[in-house]
Amino acid sequence: MEFGLTAEHKLLMETLRGFAARECPPARLRELFDAGVGHDPELWRDQAEMGVAGLAIPEEYGGAGLEILDLALAAEMLGNAALPGPFLGHALAGLALRLGGSPAQRERWLPRLASGELIGTIAFGEADGGFEPGSWSARAEDGRLSGAKAWVPFGAAADLLVVGTAGGGLALAQRSDSGVSVETVDGLDRTRPLASVRFAKAPCEPLPGGVAAAGRVRDAGLVLLAADAFGAAEKLLEMTLAYARAREQFGQPLAQFQAVKHQLADLAAEVEPMRGLVWYAAHAQDHVGDDAERSAALAKAHVTDVAVEVAREAVQLHGGIGFTWECDVQIWLKRALFDRAFLGSPETHRERQAALAAW
Amino acid sequence: MNLEYGEKYATFRAELREFLRGWPLTGAEAALPRSEQEAIFRRRGVERGYVYREFPKQYGGSEREPDALADAILREEYWRANAPGDLLGQGASLLAPTLLALGSEAQRERFIPPTLRGEMVWCQGYSEPGAGSDLASLSSRAALEGDRWVIHGQKIWTSRAAQADWMFGLFRTEPEAPKHAGISYLLIPMDQPGIDVRPLKQLSGSLEFNEVFLDGAVTAAENVVGKRGEGWQVSRVTLLHERKLMGNPHLLREHWNQLLELARRTQRGGRPALQDPALRQRLAAIEGRLRCAETQTMRQLTAEARGEEHEVLLSLLVTKLYSTQLGDQIARCAYDLLGAEGLLAPTEADVSEYGNRGTATGFVEQYLFSLGPLIAGGASNIQRNIIGERALGLPRDLRKGR
Repeated sequence: MEFGLTAEHKLLMETLRGFAARECPPARLRELFDAGVGHDPELWRDQAEMGVAGLAIPEEYGGAGLEILDLALAAEMLGNAALPGPFLGHALAGLALRLGGSPAQRERWLPRLASGELIGTIAFGEADGGFEPGSWSARAEDGRLSGAKAWVPFGAAADLLVVGTAGGGLALAQRSDSGVSVETVDGLDRTRPLASVRFAKAPCEPLPGGVAAAGRVRDAGLVLLAADAFGAAEKLLEMTLAYARAREQFGQPLAQFQAVKHQLADLAAEVEPMRGLVWYAAHAQDHVGDDAERSAALAKAHVTDVAVEVAREAVQLHGGIGFTWECDVQIWLKRALFDRAFLGSPETHRERQAALAAW
Repeated sequence: MNLEYGEKYATFRAELREFLRGWPLTGAEAALPRSEQEAIFRRRGVERGYVYREFPKQYGGSEREPDALADAILREEYWRANAPGDLLGQGASLLAPTLLALGSEAQRERFIPPTLRGEMVWCQGYSEPGAGSDLASLSSRAALEGDRWVIHGQKIWTSRAAQADWMFGLFRTEPEAPKHAGISYLLIPMDQPGIDVRPLKQLSGSLEFNEVFLDGAVTAAENVVGKRGEGWQVSRVTLLHERKLMGNPHLLREHWNQLLELARRTQRGGRPALQDPALRQRLAAIEGRLRCAETQTMRQLTAEARGEEHEVLLSLLVTKLYSTQLGDQIARCAYDLLGAEGLLAPTEADVSEYGNRGTATGFVEQYLFSLGPLIAGGASNIQRNIIGERALGLPRDLRKGR
């Protein structure tokens, strides 16, 4: 039994941590956040050059051929840095093609996703807030796609969209094609902008294995959101610890007050035990088939819920400054809120967790 | 990452299971008194290298190389078979390892073997009416008069004091020294006129606790562990071993399984409570925490096996707080399912026997009992101090007398 990270895992994480600190320091993050664009082509190109764009794409298509666990560790680091970029949707689009695409589709698209030349994303959301395959309403018929999708991450910047279609299948569409119209949404999390996308008989390619792949892509998405939220929670704890040590009131650091110290200890006691939960859920996607779906739902529900609670406490512990736009805590609060709401609420996934155990 | 134990450990587990099929005993042995049967099976476990692995053979152990994974498998399988393995009392789990680390050769030879056999029962004399979380403020005192210590004072919350043959505990021997430096770790025989044990009823109705009054109690001069005045440091070693007794992940899993079973058979509005959406949400949230606790244990185990304990320091320090709160959440959810049956008091059997038998009053007892671990072995607020100060590097509390 070996439930720990390898040297390669740790190297991947350290590399990304270093990259984020170097290429997207707080001042740059703040610029991107305030601009509300959420996308920095140069930052994404640099990530792609490091191999981030193709982590879980097979080596024969130019990727690194790694597992969901590697994607999750990367997501943790990106969440920790609140790094703006299309990683989430891009990784899931690549996974959808790998799992559900025909050999020709994989051949055609995966190398360009792996290199980062194209940005991929997933369009799973419905206007009514449904993300589950059973709720999908867009119709792919005779190579034409009609309908609307909502909550599409990087919908305005992505080149290739993996669209959830009626019947629970998946179809590829290109944003630049005629019949595709994109409307940006004023999203809460400015590190990962959203868009609504309409398809009016737009050209599309259904993925032959789409129905089987859709659930697995959703599960991987839940794991990556949990990992991102875990990284955000760690960062929020770290920021709050630093603030409580530095800020003085009544002639002593806040952290000297036992009420504050205990609040911080409670946060740490909530955050730290989630590390193994995220690892396990990620590992299960590739190695524990009968628990992959349920462990993803469980991890997403628990971790994103806790991360938002941690963010709220972090705001409180920062006092008045914590309530300002200027304070960076809000960046991670919103990152965590995205992780919590995207692909379905904790409530939704707890009910799935219950149903999947035949409760 | 690999959740399988690998061939070596699979073989180890298979052999262990085969061995554990020998419990309960059969034939003529099955007619022996229970305690003798347990002793026989425990001795067989020692011979096979399954029991008391960290103790040298000369003291009754099986003297095996440290192996965190083997330990985990042993805990799991012995738990599953409900078979007598390592004794988990104050003596075998706390005192014996302390003596192994810091006792004199004579103390080890005299005390460890009978303790491991379960023939010498110990109680722990730490807490006092005036010294709970602030243990080092204890005031029970011992003075060396000739070749023996003479002891006066009172200990409290002393589990199994009425059954114990000996007490190990902390006593002030250097009244002039600073708080922490004036304490010695003494071993005291319980059967003597200077000791009076009075049972202390717990809120669940059980009688595990006692008060121990020491009024001119005596023990031989050589029954001090470590040097006099260094008892505080000795007690830190004991505390390290206390972790073994707490946060048992198998126990949490068992309580969880019982809760699910209760939710299945409890009817609400003519259908199983388990179909109630609000209850499903609550259970799912609790299970999220249970999985955190379980995967955290797996992480700690791997880190220990790799010699990377430093990577799980925070995880180790939050374990007590996290797992006792989780036990509390499980017990509370079960209690809420009882409805009006929650008005019942635990029965005699509920409070005197170990474990919850799945009856309504058993769940009431579990609910009441779950308050205890939040206090015992370092109350939750003390845990928060420890997490804050040792893991997060926050400033220590300003305290008088330090």
